[in-house]
Amino acid sequence: MCAKPIKKEPKQVETTGHNWDGIEELNNPMPRWWVWTFYATIVWGIGYSVAYPAWPLITGATPGLIGSSTRADVAAEIARVDAGNAEIKAKLVAADLNGIGADPDLAAYAERAGAAVFRTNCSTCHGSGAAGFEGKGYPNLLDDDWLWGGTMEDIHLTITHGIRNTTDPDARYSEMPKFGVDELLEEAQIGQVTEYVLAMSGQDHDAALAAEGAVVFVDNCSGCHMEDGAGDPTQGARR
Amino acid sequence: MWDYLKLIGLGLMAILAAIAANYAHDLAYQVNAVTVMLAAGISFLFVLRTAGDPRPNLQHEYFDGVVRAGAIATAFWGVVGFLVGVVIATQLAFPQLNFEWAQGYLNFGRLRPLHTSAVIFAFGGNALIMSSFYIVQRTSAARLFGGSLGWFVFWGWQLVIVLAATGYVLGATQGKEYAEPVWYVDILITVVWVAFLVAFMGTLFKRKEPHIYVANWFLLAMILTVAMLHLVNNAAIPVSIFGSAQVQLYAGVQDAMVQWWYGHNAVGFFLTAGFLGMMYYFVPKQAERPVYSYKLSIIHFWALIFLYIWAGPHHLHYTALPDWASTLGMVFSVILWMPSWGGMINGLMTLSGAWDKLRTDPIIRMMVVSIGFYGMSTFEGPMMSIKAVNSLSHYTDWTIGHVHSGALGWNGMITFGVLYYLVPRLWNRERLYSLKLVSWHFWLATIGIVLYASSMWVTGIMEGLMWREVDANGFLVNAFADTVAAKFPMYVVRALGGGLFLTGALIMCYNLWMTVRAQPQRVTQHAAVPAE
Repeated sequence: MCAKPIKKEPKQVETTGHNWDGIEELNNPMPRWWVWTFYATIVWGIGYSVAYPAWPLITGATPGLIGSSTRADVAAEIARVDAGNAEIKAKLVAADLNGIGADPDLAAYAERAGAAVFRTNCSTCHGSGAAGFEGKGYPNLLDDDWLWGGTMEDIHLTITHGIRNTTDPDARYSEMPKFGVDELLEEAQIGQVTEYVLAMSGQDHDAALAAEGAVVFVDNCSGCHMEDGAGDPTQGARR
Repeated sequence: MWDYLKLIGLGLMAILAAIAANYAHDLAYQVNAVTVMLAAGISFLFVLRTAGDPRPNLQHEYFDGVVRAGAIATAFWGVVGFLVGVVIATQLAFPQLNFEWAQGYLNFGRLRPLHTSAVIFAFGGNALIMSSFYIVQRTSAARLFGGSLGWFVFWGWQLVIVLAATGYVLGATQGKEYAEPVWYVDILITVVWVAFLVAFMGTLFKRKEPHIYVANWFLLAMILTVAMLHLVNNAAIPVSIFGSAQVQLYAGVQDAMVQWWYGHNAVGFFLTAGFLGMMYYFVPKQAERPVYSYKLSIIHFWALIFLYIWAGPHHLHYTALPDWASTLGMVFSVILWMPSWGGMINGLMTLSGAWDKLRTDPIIRMMVVSIGFYGMSTFEGPMMSIKAVNSLSHYTDWTIGHVHSGALGWNGMITFGVLYYLVPRLWNRERLYSLKLVSWHFWLATIGIVLYASSMWVTGIMEGLMWREVDANGFLVNAFADTVAAKFPMYVVRALGGGLFLTGALIMCYNLWMTVRAQPQRVTQHAAVPAE
């Protein structure tokens, strides 16, 4: 429609004269707001692509007038945070493992950093609340039960080298023998020692079998789990 | 003669598929080969039964059998796709539903591509094929070109769906989003799609109308562009002719860019241009009003197809993609806003003078709401392509919500409207079984979409904020698992929304079934006879 559009009721606008299966088309002009918004986005688009890296050339692309670069932005942001933390980080590296707690600033920083590291690397197995997932063998870290020792040095050693991995010779390793499968104990003895373990932890048990189990325990289990069943954190033997 | 050539072809295919099944390297390939063998064998028997019989000349009437089959397939795959969607939404809320015994077959990772392909390519694809066959015949006043080519397209497409779906569950995938089918399924898709193009173009060529109607521009743009996207993105070399594995031709960021050039235009041409074609025919027909503006339809058509193809890089903001490509993707996406809205304006304004029908006609209501959702998601899309917004929204559930307000709201609702329009006409029934059930479907679907989209906005923005939250020293405050735990209630709401949408679709199936079964035949033959 070339002539200046006049606002009319749709019924008064003429159709194009085409008809397909009963469908006709009105010759309404395009809504002005639509056309102007479309033009505005095009103008903005040209402006934006001049300001920012945009148009591909033979060996590179136009860098844009304001010199924006997302990679440079990320690097700058990391540098800013690193610079802010540089002083306290140097202090942390220099500090003795047991001395961190004495400096409240350092302790607060180490706790926040450690929390972030834990959330990223540890929470997948031990849970974001550190309660573990016993059914799958991921220990609870909230209780007082430390399989491989709960001192600062023990925990540090465990995290540094891991447990039961074959790639680090310093990783601590332990494995409970297959007493039944390898026929180290008879079926009856396993029953007895099971009753004894129940007795030790104060659960319902058969006293007669448990008494016999005590002997089996001393002979076979106490080497790692200790005679009183308290376990031995140096070899990851459970309580 | 032609029948005997077909018999030889089908027989050879069955034998080759049997041999391939025998040599198969993996289970998915074997199952697919057996499926092809059965399909070829059954088609062989069907061709054999009528081979050599004289064909009646049907040029004076429309080829509606294939459209009827397409309508059934659309409803069927729709329900399947929505059901799998509800299942995986529930699996996300309750991970225990990834049962141990179903690992490697029915866990979330296997079912997710099944859901997306079922809704986009099985439900959406059948809706597009069926309605383009219907529209192009009516607006060209000519019978569909190519004899029984339409049937080949229909059954070929169903075979593609079955091969792809069984392949996913058994582990055959390219690992490219929305392009998961493996190399031999890709070849079949190409063959079927070219047949679709031939049937569509052939009909346009022999049209008896002087001009080509706007709906056909959109449908043709969809067919051509999807063919190009499919060929480029699926370029791969099979590891073995008897296995489902392949090696992509592109690597690294180039592969990612090609993938999202494809992925975004699957949305742009399959789910936008194609469905706009449906809208341009069925909305004026149902409203019995002329299209609002011819000029607008020309401008927004060309602007839309020119701009959409460049918008893909916005899926890769802040990745290894160079900044310049990112900028261009964003700029083209923002400029795309008005061309997208042109379709919404033309659709809604077509109703001017017929707004009262919103009260009385639930089918019009469905179409109007679908255009509304189209407008909303084509505003949301350009907004989310802006880098600053994208840095929050990317990888979050916001994207999932955006996709679903488009897919459920726009593609789903317009397809429901089209099915309600078509079924009484295709089966020559006087009216639908129940308009009241259409209203029920309308409200269930609308409330379902609102629950879905709003819950995903909430979790999406929440998890985006949780991911980027850092303390004074720049350390992350939340673990990923914290965000997962925080999203739980919204995941339940989302599954509920999906359940409502599915319920609505089941009501539609019942209503359409009863329309065909229980409604009286229309007296006058309305749908036949193209103009001579």
